[in-house]
Amino acid sequence: MSEHDKDVDAATGVETTGHEWDGIRELNNPLPRWWLYIFYITIVWAVVYWIFMPAWPALPGMGTNTPGIRNHSDRALVAESIDALRSARAENGAALIEASVEDILADQDLRQFAMAAGESAFGDNCATCHGAGGRGAPGYPTLADDVWLWGGGLDEIQHTITYGVRQENMESRFSMMPAFGRDQVLSAEEITNVAHYVRTLSGLEEPSDASIAGQEVFEWNCVACHGEAGTGDQFQGAPDLTDRDWLYGSDMATVQATIYNPRNSAMPAWGERLDETTVKALAVYVYALSGSEG
Amino acid sequence: MTALKPTPPSDAQPMYKKREPVHPKLVSGKFRSFKFAFMALALAVYYGLPWIRWDRGPDAPDQAILFFADGKFYFGPIEIWPQEVYYITGILILSSLGLFLVTSLFGRVWCGYACPQTVWTDLYIAVERFFEGDRNKRIKLDRAPWTFNKIWRKVAKHAVWLLIAAATGGALVFYFHDAPSLAYNFFTGHAPTTAYVFVGILTFTTYSLAGTMREQVCTYLCPWPRIQAALTDEDALNVTYRWDRGEPRGPHKKSETWEGRGDCVDCNACVTACPMGIDIRNGAQLECIHCALCIDACDDIMKKVGRPTGLIAYDTDKNVELRAAGKPAQKFRLFRPRVIIYAVLISAITALMAYGLFTRSTFELNVLKDRSPSFVQLSDGRIQNGYAIKLVNKRIDPKNIRLEVTGIEGADVSLVGEEHGDLDVEIPGEGVTRFRMIIKIPENAVDGNDRLRIVAIDTETGEQDANFIPFSSPRRN
Ligand code: SF4
Ligand code: SF4
Repeated sequence: MSEHDKDVDAATGVETTGHEWDGIRELNNPLPRWWLYIFYITIVWAVVYWIFMPAWPALPGMGTNTPGIRNHSDRALVAESIDALRSARAENGAALIEASVEDILADQDLRQFAMAAGESAFGDNCATCHGAGGRGAPGYPTLADDVWLWGGGLDEIQHTITYGVRQENMESRFSMMPAFGRDQVLSAEEITNVAHYVRTLSGLEEPSDASIAGQEVFEWNCVACHGEAGTGDQFQGAPDLTDRDWLYGSDMATVQATIYNPRNSAMPAWGERLDETTVKALAVYVYALSGSEG
Repeated sequence: MTALKPTPPSDAQPMYKKREPVHPKLVSGKFRSFKFAFMALALAVYYGLPWIRWDRGPDAPDQAILFFADGKFYFGPIEIWPQEVYYITGILILSSLGLFLVTSLFGRVWCGYACPQTVWTDLYIAVERFFEGDRNKRIKLDRAPWTFNKIWRKVAKHAVWLLIAAATGGALVFYFHDAPSLAYNFFTGHAPTTAYVFVGILTFTTYSLAGTMREQVCTYLCPWPRIQAALTDEDALNVTYRWDRGEPRGPHKKSETWEGRGDCVDCNACVTACPMGIDIRNGAQLECIHCALCIDACDDIMKKVGRPTGLIAYDTDKNVELRAAGKPAQKFRLFRPRVIIYAVLISAITALMAYGLFTRSTFELNVLKDRSPSFVQLSDGRIQNGYAIKLVNKRIDPKNIRLEVTGIEGADVSLVGEEHGDLDVEIPGEGVTRFRMIIKIPENAVDGNDRLRIVAIDTETGEQDANFIPFSSPRRN
């Protein structure tokens, strides 16, 4: 191409790139040379990087990507920091094992640690049945209130969590309400009457002929566990029938059904699945949900 | 876009340009002296600042200026937490406004005297001059073959440059760690890896930016010259060649008259003195960092030829034009609208930040109500809500905090794990302490969504932080 083909800017005497945008032309000033060198350095850097760091994806027959001589792995680094976290937690965790649950609750630091650990363990293991924050569901006790079947003290909660309810182990919380209907201990009429009576205990019903008849049935069959006044017994996991709290429901049909064929529901022995630290943390957390022993 | 003939790179115009070495000649004069003095001051501040101590009590760092120590910034008595990082933003905004203000008052003095690039380049040139001599000797040495004399001078120069570079990087990391202990650990090999990495990076950047790239940093890399263009107007004080007086230029013999010609004797002293390698007589240029060394150079010549100094001087474009048109020059107007606007903005932001700093709290109360369950009814019929409480203590010393809950009669408030009803707690310094709060209220005192006010009171100082918290209950019909 001959010299006069070039488009030279009159003001600066510099060639332009020959491109024009709305009358604006770009000067073709030379780049500083070091700029070029930096570009070369980046190319060298890329090669160095391939050598040291994982870079190339797996080629057929290779199985994995090129590891690089530094053998760098983000996955290993994550595992390492998780280990570091574990050992950092181990210190507080060891303190949890040594201290009693009462001491844990009373100590500001241990309490906060146990609450945090307990909250996450609760979410993983307990919330499926008891609901987030221990809100409860029909058949699954609410843990945020002051009604406790097996006792709401710290030690009692710890025991219940560790050994479970109606499990095979010897320490497990255990009781069985007889199936008054299915096993034909009571007639259908007796069941209906005693159900009416039970509902009068917490003011759900006014006393009636049926409930008065039911009271006699109650005194013969139920007081051994639920107590003369129907206030329950935490040693046997017998619910208080005089309060507003109903595990399965308070309507007539549910109460009748429970007496006819009780559900006797169970809870796993978490001591068999979780370590002692976690169980203690759970006990503190569950206790703190309600903050009252009932 | 219309495509003209594309121009392929020709032999005449290379694709890449080699750096043309600049060998500024040492000048003497008031600006040169001031620049050396300012360089000494700037370096002293940079190296010395991290060593100044500031007593903050036993458990806190005692370094006056410390950045990012546990995420916090310390400036003497002021301590800035990560969540208050907007103060740092404020300082940056103030810095740039300050730069604008100074620029509109005195021209581009930042570039000329204070910019680290300028200070360190000046220092590096001084080292170069020490080993290789002044301009002419350096040019000669560069052209000379590699004799022993050349080799030792070059090696010594680069060695000293590297030392300065390492010391520069070394000083920077002291701003981020306790200086005395870091200094000890650094040389015994126990400092954190980041310290070594940053010293390495800064050694490299200092050496290459001040040693080998120099004026190219200002010309190609730095955004400030571009911004500068927007800040300059015909009222701006710039290092200016007064062409009204200098032209027509030309060599001058002692015997000749000064009538009918300009004062510039075309001696090139201003060009050889220029660290940017430009000719100020071509007018205001992006490359010019306004270091005023050409003023010193020219004043020297003017004295020698017996003409008044100030052929090159701090002046405004407007005045040059006025004088060229035969009119008297104006006095420099200090109070121009832009100066006033910058000053007002700076004062306003400073006042705002100072107000924020002096009234900021030393602790914080955060309350989060349980969502699940939103409430429970207790066996005695009362309604219970649970809350997660966070008390943030921003001071080093522990605090005694009393919580008070008001708004509904008969509310029974307790903190789990504390004595029932005891709402006085001690919280450790520098951190977040969490509590679980339980509130029980008789059913007939609440209706659906009620509101309580919770106040945390520092029992010593009386400082308070209050929150409104909801209390959920079944709606009564
Ligand atoms: S032209 Fe003058 S003021 Fe500008 S950089 Fe060169 S010596 Fe400094
Ligand atoms: S130093 Fe002064 S007299 Fe010499 S060329 Fe520059 S402007 Fe002209």
